[in-house]
Amino acid sequence: MSERIYVFKRFERFWHWSQAGLIMFLMLTAFDIHGTYTIFGFEKAVAYHTIAAWSLIGLWVFAIFWHFTTGEWKQYIPTTEKVVAMANYYLFGIFRNAPHPFRLTQLRKHNPLQRLAYLAILICVGPLIWVTGVLYLFYDQWAAWGLGNLSLEWVANGHIAGAFMMLAFLIAHVYLTTAGHTPMAHIKAMITGWEEVD
Amino acid sequence: MKHALTRAALLLCSAGWLVTAGPVLAEETQPEPKPLKLTTTADHTKFKQLQKAFNSGPEVTKACLECHTEAAGQIHRTKHWKWEYLNPETKQTLGKKTIVNNFCISIASNYASCTACHVGYGWKDANFDFKSEENVDCLACHDTTGNYKKPPGFAGNPVVKDTEFPPGSGKIIKGVDLTKIAQKVGKSSRDTCGACHFNGGGGDGVKHGDMDSSLAAPTKDIDVHMDAEGLDFTCATCHKTSSHDVAGSRYTPTAKDAKGAHVRGKPDNGNPATCVACHGNGPHKKEARLNQHATKIACQTCHIPTYARGGIATKMTWDWSTAGQRDAEGKHITKKDAKGRTVYESRKGDFTLAENVKPEYAWFNGNVQYTLLADKIEKSEQRTQINKMGGSPTDGKSMIWPMKVFRGSQPYDPVNKTLITPHTAGNDDTGFWKNLDWDKAIPVGMKDSGAPYSGKFDFIKTEMSWPITHMVAAKDKALGCAECHSKQSRLAGIQGIYIPVRDNNKLLDTVGWAIVFLTLLGVFGHGALRIVTARRH
Repeated sequence: MSERIYVFKRFERFWHWSQAGLIMFLMLTAFDIHGTYTIFGFEKAVAYHTIAAWSLIGLWVFAIFWHFTTGEWKQYIPTTEKVVAMANYYLFGIFRNAPHPFRLTQLRKHNPLQRLAYLAILICVGPLIWVTGVLYLFYDQWAAWGLGNLSLEWVANGHIAGAFMMLAFLIAHVYLTTAGHTPMAHIKAMITGWEEVD
Repeated sequence: MKHALTRAALLLCSAGWLVTAGPVLAEETQPEPKPLKLTTTADHTKFKQLQKAFNSGPEVTKACLECHTEAAGQIHRTKHWKWEYLNPETKQTLGKKTIVNNFCISIASNYASCTACHVGYGWKDANFDFKSEENVDCLACHDTTGNYKKPPGFAGNPVVKDTEFPPGSGKIIKGVDLTKIAQKVGKSSRDTCGACHFNGGGGDGVKHGDMDSSLAAPTKDIDVHMDAEGLDFTCATCHKTSSHDVAGSRYTPTAKDAKGAHVRGKPDNGNPATCVACHGNGPHKKEARLNQHATKIACQTCHIPTYARGGIATKMTWDWSTAGQRDAEGKHITKKDAKGRTVYESRKGDFTLAENVKPEYAWFNGNVQYTLLADKIEKSEQRTQINKMGGSPTDGKSMIWPMKVFRGSQPYDPVNKTLITPHTAGNDDTGFWKNLDWDKAIPVGMKDSGAPYSGKFDFIKTEMSWPITHMVAAKDKALGCAECHSKQSRLAGIQGIYIPVRDNNKLLDTVGWAIVFLTLLGVFGHGALRIVTARRH
């Protein structure tokens, strides 16, 4: 028997998909700027990347407000409970058709590994990208901000390192969406809000 | 039917064009002096002093000085007159009188030819009287007719009567009417400055690359400020002249102008010919980021994408070592390339020429150290620098500048280890351009320079840098970001700064792509395993 749980509210789904779109567009323009390929060319790619970055910052302002007013921020508190079980599941259980060790509820919609991964993104990769990105944008203000001794090279390389980490996360994240109850279960849930659970 | 109509219309149009164009073309065949712009309160045709026949330049000058009593004295203090300049920083005595370059090399012993571009009359040898007022040439800069000419070989004098030159050649130089010219004097113009400055190095566009006759009436694409149908700047609009002293210098250029736009009367106003003197230090209103670029990059670097843009090629190299060849009959040879440009002359050697040239770039702080005749030089793999451009990323005074770097090979004395000033121009037995004999030409030139000559000569490779500052393109033609922010960066040789994309960290890229690749590998492996095991169950 399976039952349906409403896990992703309307704003959350809007946030997720617009963020997904923006991040993928940021990725696309990022490696255009980086010289990996040429789609828009450096000049336009920088302009688009900047617009997308500001849009994402705007989106985040709303998302942060939403998380705190709804208390949803608690979903990101890390837990050690069942982490090993989750790892075991992804490494072995999933191939033996073993039952999923985590049963999600509205109050715990991320499995323990997800919590850890998102938290790592939130406190490591995110700040790295945002701090270096904003510094990059305001390069001409460094002296006025008292950051005259900052090295552009380090800021740039930090931003690029963040981009690679984000790309790796994106790949893993997209793949793991297929690791639900059925391959499309998680994706459907993120579209409709309803997740089917055993 | 439609075609027939179009054809008829075309025919009518061209007929109309012929009718209207006819008389215009006829007028153009008779050179009429251009109308004087009403920028003056004096009509010089009305002055009694100028209503007479003039048989020489100095006679005109005497008439000028009757009213403009201090003009000659002002000229006497300038580089245009003295051809001498003491660099206050390096203490080097420079100026055309002294320096040696890698074009026509030196004026010593070649005065009568070179001083066609002197603002004076009669500088034919080292004994010219620099105190003479009547020998100041007012017309060189103040002619408005375009008819005033000072042919090389006459020591800066105009030719007033039809003259065969060189004697016996059968070539006639037409005399000019100094009275007409004197009565039409006015402000300096692109034509008067250009008569010499467009032709530096012995021909149109040869020397500078960013100055040639295309600037006489340029389009907006060639120069946004001088655009004849637009802003129509003359040279003096930027090279603002005070007491006949023209602002701007190639001996002490202003590499970085941190003072901002000039306010009239401010005591520390510097060189008025810089971009900043008008535009200030934050001219990019929409893209503040570009103002940040402008703290390290000279305006010219982005705003002059290429030089020699006006359809006139500039010389890029000059190899004197191949000069002197003769054909089977013993005559001088001239070779031309497919475009009809001279690439070899027996008198001068091999050249290469180019149009639309991308500059080379260098940190430049305005300090220029010349290799003078007294300086010791060594023949080596490295080219001898005729002028060493100072600059570094860290001195706080340097900007990244576009340069024309002119490379050549020229005679030097391998025993005394100095450059050589050969006697080139001149209708005499020792002039190289006549007799192609270095052994005769060099001792004469070196003697005139007052420099020792061992009797042996060889050729040495040299280079000379010319900061590019003219031919400013319209802003939509300025360099795009990717010209520098790419792996094929224009600034590939510029050290000391981090340029995004040009300076991508290879290790970071390798590690980054490795992580991405391993993630993909893991994901595909995991997915494949899931598919395989799912089938089994």
